Amino acid sequence: MAVITYREALNRALDEELARDDRVLLMGEGVGECDGAYKVSKGVLAKYGPNRVLDTPITELGFTGLGVGAAMAGLRPVVEWMTHNFALLALDQVVNEAAKMRYMSGGQFSVPVVFRGPNGPAEYLASQHSQALESYWVHVPGLKVVAPATPADAYGLLKSAIRDDDPVVMLEAEMMYGLKGEVPDGEFLVPIGKAEVRRPGTDVTLVTYSKPLWTVLEAAEELARQGFSAEVLDLRTLRPLDEEAIFASVRKTNRCVVVTESWPQASVASHVAHLVSRNCFDRLDAPVELVSGEDVPMPYNHALELAAQPNVPKVVAAARRVLYAEE
Amino acid sequence: MAEKLYMIALSPTMTEGTLARWKIPEGQAFKAGSVLCEVETDKASMDYEAPKDGVLLKVLLAEGGRAAVGDVIGIIGKAGESPDALLAELSRVVAAPPQAGAAPASPASGAGPSPASSAAAPAAPAATVPAPGPSPAASDPGGPAPSSPLARVLAAELGVDIRSLRGTGPGGRVVKRDVEAAAGGRAPAVPGPATRPAAAPVSAQATPVPRAPSGEQTVRTEPVAGKRAVIARRLSESFFTAPHYYLKRTVDAERLLALRESLADPEGRKPSINALLAKLAAAALARHPAVNAGWKDEGAGKAAVEYRSRADVGLAVALPDGLITPVVRDCGSKGIARIDEEMAALIAKAKGPGLAPEEYTGATFTITNLGGFGVEEFTAIINPPGSAILAVGAALAEPVAMPDGTVAVRKRMRLTLGCDHRVIDGAVGAAFLRDLAGLIEEPGRALA
Repeated sequence: MAVITYREALNRALDEELARDDRVLLMGEGVGECDGAYKVSKGVLAKYGPNRVLDTPITELGFTGLGVGAAMAGLRPVVEWMTHNFALLALDQVVNEAAKMRYMSGGQFSVPVVFRGPNGPAEYLASQHSQALESYWVHVPGLKVVAPATPADAYGLLKSAIRDDDPVVMLEAEMMYGLKGEVPDGEFLVPIGKAEVRRPGTDVTLVTYSKPLWTVLEAAEELARQGFSAEVLDLRTLRPLDEEAIFASVRKTNRCVVVTESWPQASVASHVAHLVSRNCFDRLDAPVELVSGEDVPMPYNHALELAAQPNVPKVVAAARRVLYAEE
Repeated sequence: MAEKLYMIALSPTMTEGTLARWKIPEGQAFKAGSVLCEVETDKASMDYEAPKDGVLLKVLLAEGGRAAVGDVIGIIGKAGESPDALLAELSRVVAAPPQAGAAPASPASGAGPSPASSAAAPAAPAATVPAPGPSPAASDPGGPAPSSPLARVLAAELGVDIRSLRGTGPGGRVVKRDVEAAAGGRAPAVPGPATRPAAAPVSAQATPVPRAPSGEQTVRTEPVAGKRAVIARRLSESFFTAPHYYLKRTVDAERLLALRESLADPEGRKPSINALLAKLAAAALARHPAVNAGWKDEGAGKAAVEYRSRADVGLAVALPDGLITPVVRDCGSKGIARIDEEMAALIAKAKGPGLAPEEYTGATFTITNLGGFGVEEFTAIINPPGSAILAVGAALAEPVAMPDGTVAVRKRMRLTLGCDHRVIDGAVGAAFLRDLAGLIEEPGRALA
């Protein structure tokens, strides 16, 4: 099994899907000549040519709409957003067109498009470019949203997203493109809508997704040193949520902490907390805790930037609160 | 404006207290600085003084109840004000654990003598700042017990009456571990209403006789708190950390008793034997500074021995609910009459309102005397920070072989000196006991 980067895993998935199905195309700012802003599409222009790999103008609403239209016309476009911060310009095409088309056309049109790019804070990018905006997509019925945290999931979920007949938004992360991990050599898919237990445990369930998974795994290790067995559940897909996986874990541990780098209000975490309290009420020994990004625009000062994000001490403290083991 | 009266830290280490008694009834006015209530802390019974003038509008912590520092124990305000708004607020803040023993659904208060049992601790409503760790129950009169959903389900499954549990979660919330502990027989349970009729006042001291058919074993569990817990902890610490050994010696008490007779005042009052022994012990300690010393752990594996210049002699005094060791300072430089006077005053205070911490801590040497119970000899546990304790038996008449070969009937006492071997080696302790025995047999030598 090869150990490759998250970036290489995405590239391999794109390459394989472009080769497998000639309806698949890639479009976005600099995806061809420049190999993409984060070099995810390295080499695909040379391999598949400018009819399959399209460099677009810097106009998110325009090329996102182009992708939606192409999908309605029978192609399977992958639209790369340089980051989700810029995708705010394209909200109308995603929310009002892509997500609604199957419903409003009475099933006559489907929109098999993938919107993908990095989401969440990286470093030193200030408040407009350091946002975790998954709530914007997760909010909308008609969309599917995936947030892989490992190279293998990035590969398997991108392939599943491309093959899905409905619009899928994919959340990557600048800080994860260089992340290395094992990816099986043979082709495989990761199903949309299935969470994964990353670390089994008995005392508390730590629910998370995307980049914070790595913080949470560290926190689980620290909790183990303190004598607590934490189960780490990686959601992987944010819509549709693998609710049964969440409930099964919480019913076992009786305690739940949800960790996200997005803001707390109307977040994936607050929704998970609601689902848990609604469905696991009689199995809860403590209120569900959230560890989120702080409820502020991301500070530029680096010390404050780090302090505004979930970290190991915050996760450990929240876990200890629900364990009634506060220091 | 009516305001909450909080349990406050009455000693630096106090985290919770037991309300021993309210000194004024509900509805009565008080002046700033007057004593509102007495609180038993981890160390002593302390006076809670009024922070300002006012009226005790509502008592929320009944006598015998426990509360964490920061819990609300009452409501104070001006005459004619109503506590209702605050009561409503408090009941919103915290749901309540059951009040075993208290009248169901009635405020924990009840003015004056409360029907609450000490164990059941119908405590203050509303820890507005939830105390971490095992927290005394907060009470929302009439509301349901605060408990986690899981705790309720588990309690039902395991057949545990959740209303009988004291929660260890925030604000007294009963959580999973409380139910499991109860089911496992290690219950932090308090007697339920069934065993404590609501109307029957139960004093903290009383040991009710269980009404059970003869031959049937019944068990009553009293949570250990306050003074009892402190005694248990201190004695265990001493006995399990200080390596004890014991030296026994019999002394002729005739001259000591004669001295006591000779010191009688015009009304015939004589000093106590213990006052005489304190004086003689101080004289012997002056000759053996190694015995007037104490082991001191300084952390990080380091320790030191502290040698004290003054003989501060403690005397173990039995109380109805425990024991305490009042200390007479500097017995070496005080006369017997003064020692006797101070000792008597401390004993009276210990049995009455209670001693202040500085009156019962820091004994460099301790005397315990069970002679009054007819005990001939016994061993005792060292009272830190001292390193030696003298256990004194009864002075009993017995036949003795005298130096001239005759047999005489003399009053003699058995002394047992308990020593901390880390500080006092056997020969050092033996030399001290020899000299103390000499002083008791010839008390005049103490003057030398």
